[in-house]
Amino acid sequence: MSLTIADLKKGERAIITDCSSIDIPLKLLEMGCLPGNVVQLFQVAPFRDPIYLNINDSFVAIRKETAALILIDMINE
Amino acid sequence: MSKQIKVALIGNPNTGKTSVFNALTGLNQKVGNYPGITVDKKEGVCKLSRGVKAHILDLPGTYSLNASSLDENVVIELLLNKKDKDYPDVALIISDVENLKRNLLLFTQIKDLKIPAILVINMADRMPKKGISLNLEILEYELKTKVALVSTRKNDGIQFLKKLIENFKTLSTEPCLDTSTIDEEYFANLKKAFPNQDLYKLWVVISQDANFGKIDRNSVNVSRFKTKTKSELKRLQQKETIKRYQFINEILKVGQTVDKSKATDLRSKLDNILTHKIWGYVIFFWILLTIFQVIYDWATIPMDLIDSSFALLADWVKTTFPGGGKLTNLVAEGIISGIGGIVIFIPQIAFLFLFISVLEESGYMSRVVFLMDRVMRRFGLSGKSVVPLISGTACAIPAIMATRNIENWKERLITILVTPFTTCSARLPVYLIIIALVIPEGRFLGLSYQALTLMMLYLIGFGMAVLSAYILNKILKTNYKTFFVIEMPSYKIPLLKNVVLTVLEKTKTFILEAGKIILAISVVLWILASYGPSKNFNDAEVIIQKSFPALTGEVLDNKIAAYKLEHSFIGRLGKTIEPAIRPLGYDWKIGIGVITSFAAREVFVGTLATIYSVGSSSEDNDKTIKNRMAQEVHDNGDKVFTLASGISLLLFYAFAMQCMSTLAIVKRETNSWKWPIIQLLAMSLIAYVIALIAFQILK
Repeated sequence: MSLTIADLKKGERAIITDCSSIDIPLKLLEMGCLPGNVVQLFQVAPFRDPIYLNINDSFVAIRKETAALILIDMINE
Repeated sequence: MSKQIKVALIGNPNTGKTSVFNALTGLNQKVGNYPGITVDKKEGVCKLSRGVKAHILDLPGTYSLNASSLDENVVIELLLNKKDKDYPDVALIISDVENLKRNLLLFTQIKDLKIPAILVINMADRMPKKGISLNLEILEYELKTKVALVSTRKNDGIQFLKKLIENFKTLSTEPCLDTSTIDEEYFANLKKAFPNQDLYKLWVVISQDANFGKIDRNSVNVSRFKTKTKSELKRLQQKETIKRYQFINEILKVGQTVDKSKATDLRSKLDNILTHKIWGYVIFFWILLTIFQVIYDWATIPMDLIDSSFALLADWVKTTFPGGGKLTNLVAEGIISGIGGIVIFIPQIAFLFLFISVLEESGYMSRVVFLMDRVMRRFGLSGKSVVPLISGTACAIPAIMATRNIENWKERLITILVTPFTTCSARLPVYLIIIALVIPEGRFLGLSYQALTLMMLYLIGFGMAVLSAYILNKILKTNYKTFFVIEMPSYKIPLLKNVVLTVLEKTKTFILEAGKIILAISVVLWILASYGPSKNFNDAEVIIQKSFPALTGEVLDNKIAAYKLEHSFIGRLGKTIEPAIRPLGYDWKIGIGVITSFAAREVFVGTLATIYSVGSSSEDNDKTIKNRMAQEVHDNGDKVFTLASGISLLLFYAFAMQCMSTLAIVKRETNSWKWPIIQLLAMSLIAYVIALIAFQILK
């Protein structure tokens, strides 16, 4: 099973591999959530929802259900 | 006539677009509305050299030309319609130096519409701090434009920007991206179908169907070109976005260098506390408490001042124009007391808008949205509902307009429907006067009973809003998916100029809007109270003198005045509804106040003031409304304002939907009469039932 942004732990970084789900709002893509870009989990609210991300140097908060649609490859640091 | 250059300011939210607007126009600005919709239209004039002027239009913030809200749609409608009188000669794309990549996405789209575009890079003063350096020549060459580095905080670069505007004719209109490369086949077909049209424009019109879908299609009828489904169109939009980012990344590789080691990271330091699982909430509630404290503590001083000045003014009118002519009475009793009832709100409203604009400008509001989203979702709301609910304590009208950035229609609708439960400033004078009348003085744990009652009323308002949201969430069925994306902007110290202008503008709008209604109602009310349909009204003097032949002087005058009021148009109306409101503990005079309040609640105090001053002879020594109300008795001699009737009235005002302007806004924002009517009926019913229960228990 592949990892999604919802699996990230605080401070972890990953590369976005796929965000083609039709349920991902276009606005998020426009903010830089596109394959190949780096995403980092910056902060989480209680119950890990919503989550606060740094995507491609844009800082955005999204809900867990949206995060679970975006596939990633972990960056091992 | 001097020629004006038409300039449009376009940009992502949080890029300091408003600061650039303020820097260019100063106080030469006004806010209006786009026809038919409630999106604010900010315009201003900027003086360039040699008598040339620029007309500046500040368009709503948008991330791209793919609109997902009414505000964003305004931008696209304008840019697609060359015949619009506001269609710009030149567009300034305001971008944030820290987020150039994302801001350039919008820039390339505007450029592809073949509108001359200047790239304005704002907040340039932050570059050294963030370790950013830019090669402007490369950027200008690659983007085929002129770049202005600007810092509104330091007032740098504005003069240079004005020069660029003046020379807009030298700008290239060559596009950045060849539209047909998004999908060769699709766009080849499109070109065949509309050979005379600009390809990118066509694509923007078509793709709006997948988003917001309200483009005025006067110019092009694209409906006959339907070769793709909605989800296929969305895929194409994704492809377009990716193509644009590829283009931008190539440019920034050479045009921008970022030395991350130089970057001081204020964001992570602050967000570690401000969005912390525990401290984040503690700080948020502490900020809220401070705001309320300040509003009540600081605002009372100017409010007392305004109150006494208006009393003096009314007196002055009466003594300067004696004889008690009808017009004098109308001015003194109707208009001045009505206007005074509005002006007295200015301090509180100004303070509230001050805090809200500081919270927004600083970037903190987005953190509140982040913290509250999960909690609010449980009640069918969104984290973004917190902003309307907080600003609803000033006025429901801007609050309901602030729901526009909630992506999910159901969450947005629920927020619109429940926001009027929050205690807006118009309820305040009603609360204040009734609390002063019926709640005893005295303290509990150092807090006065009266202050505690007021606080309870605020909590009841919020509680009711959340409870009804919960119920609505269960009732409303929708297939809408929940979308929630919010940008977390970097922290900034708010610009004084922006804050002051916002406070001035919003306060002015509120006063003018509410003032119009109150003025109209005061006049109508005064007329209805001064004339009557029947003989009883016209022959009041004769009737009273016949019934009470022993009375003389002031007592007689009072009796006549009261009799007249009872038989005036308004008196008969009050008497008619009295059976319905008796169980709530109100008499017919309060009934009149309640009825007129359905136009706007703040009318209540003014109405009672008018009724009681018409209903007594003018030689009264004790003229304050409060004292007159305290002296009111029923026919059997019992006091009208008791603890029971007072509480019942407070609760009625806490829940009832008494604001025509709010209903009008709800109609516009939901685009149907269904919701405001449901809102009006449901809220009034809740108010009636709860006030009834309260009175019956307490009496």
